Amino acid sequence: MARYDSLLDALGNTPLVGLPNLSPSADVRLWAKLEDRNPTGSIKDRPAFYMVEQAEKEGRLTPGCTVLEPTSGNTGISLAMVCKLKGYRLICVMPENTSIERRQLLEMYGVEIISSPAAGGSNEAVAVAKRLAEEQPDWVMLYQYGNPANAQAHYETTGPEILADLPTITHFVGGLGTSGTLMGVGRYLKEHAPGCRIVAAEPRYGDLVYGLRNVDEGFVPELYDASVLDTRYSVESGDALRRTRELVEKEGIFAGISTGAILHAAIGQAERAVRDGVRADVAFTVCDGGWKYLSTGAYSGTLEQATERLEGQLWA
Amino acid sequence: MAIEVRIPTILRTYTGGEKTVEAKGDTLGALIDDLDARHDGIKGRLIGDDGKLNRFVNIYLNDEDVRFLGGLETALSDGDSVTILPAVAGG
Repeated sequence: MARYDSLLDALGNTPLVGLPNLSPSADVRLWAKLEDRNPTGSIKDRPAFYMVEQAEKEGRLTPGCTVLEPTSGNTGISLAMVCKLKGYRLICVMPENTSIERRQLLEMYGVEIISSPAAGGSNEAVAVAKRLAEEQPDWVMLYQYGNPANAQAHYETTGPEILADLPTITHFVGGLGTSGTLMGVGRYLKEHAPGCRIVAAEPRYGDLVYGLRNVDEGFVPELYDASVLDTRYSVESGDALRRTRELVEKEGIFAGISTGAILHAAIGQAERAVRDGVRADVAFTVCDGGWKYLSTGAYSGTLEQATERLEGQLWA
Repeated sequence: MAIEVRIPTILRTYTGGEKTVEAKGDTLGALIDDLDARHDGIKGRLIGDDGKLNRFVNIYLNDEDVRFLGGLETALSDGDSVTILPAVAGG
């Protein structure tokens, strides 16, 4: 059944597709969960919908309310759609070094954007949003970094979908940003597929993004619980870009750059399984399509040129 | 045994502005001690009073988070690459 009463009802149930050309052997296979097939084209539609519904249930969100959220893009775009359909005003605090497409999409949905300085990246956006929330107590900050409904969305939907499609799963590799995907899918798989390894891939940016004034300005999302993870990799933009291009070249999947970072870690796990002589089914998320990153030059010229152009950009 | 250590912008005041420095050690803990001997005070930024890694600092051995390896006890070998980064938000 592929008929839905509204766009919101079409959330989730995304395809899980095999990667016959990138998988190292018949016993060690890679599987991509195509989260770009969600209503606004990213995995963030799931937490955005859950966070809004939960806030409504708790009575924090009532008709006419203003929603405030720090976001580097995808969560903002997802919230923009949900808030538009439900009649809430949305204000997003976004670092100025995010791609122009993300900004244009938010403007198209009528979102008000408050820019935070490029230096400090998303940490700075979080700090600015927290300050605004204090100054404007009637604004409702859903706060994806600490909102349990973010992880719950993945615990109740993404995790069960993956396990239903791939009961033989041995590894799940997800992107680490707010921690929502990894905590939700990770907890679900630990409970229902014992022994499945949960692996985090996080983007490693250029120096500018880490331009904090001191170490104690660092940020760990409140949702993050290291005990859910088996390991965690930091992936450089060059590796992420190379894998993003391989994914389109070998499997025809046109994905965003954070997916390249996740694929890099997933291939690492697959290669390890081959070396150890064990079978593996490695599932990972394709967080979004590549459309929103075309202006960054990620897909044109040589890898070196593209990596250089990405310096100082927030690409995940 | 020389290990390449990548230093984030925020800690380059300790390394005279150098992005990458060399240090020695069989374990990460020993490496940090050696780093501190060469760049006085840097250890205090990486390790808290409780002797554990600072919550807002992430250290990676060949791109893997050392907290999932052996922490400060993680064994190092010649040619390894260690990267120090402050914790940042995503999403």
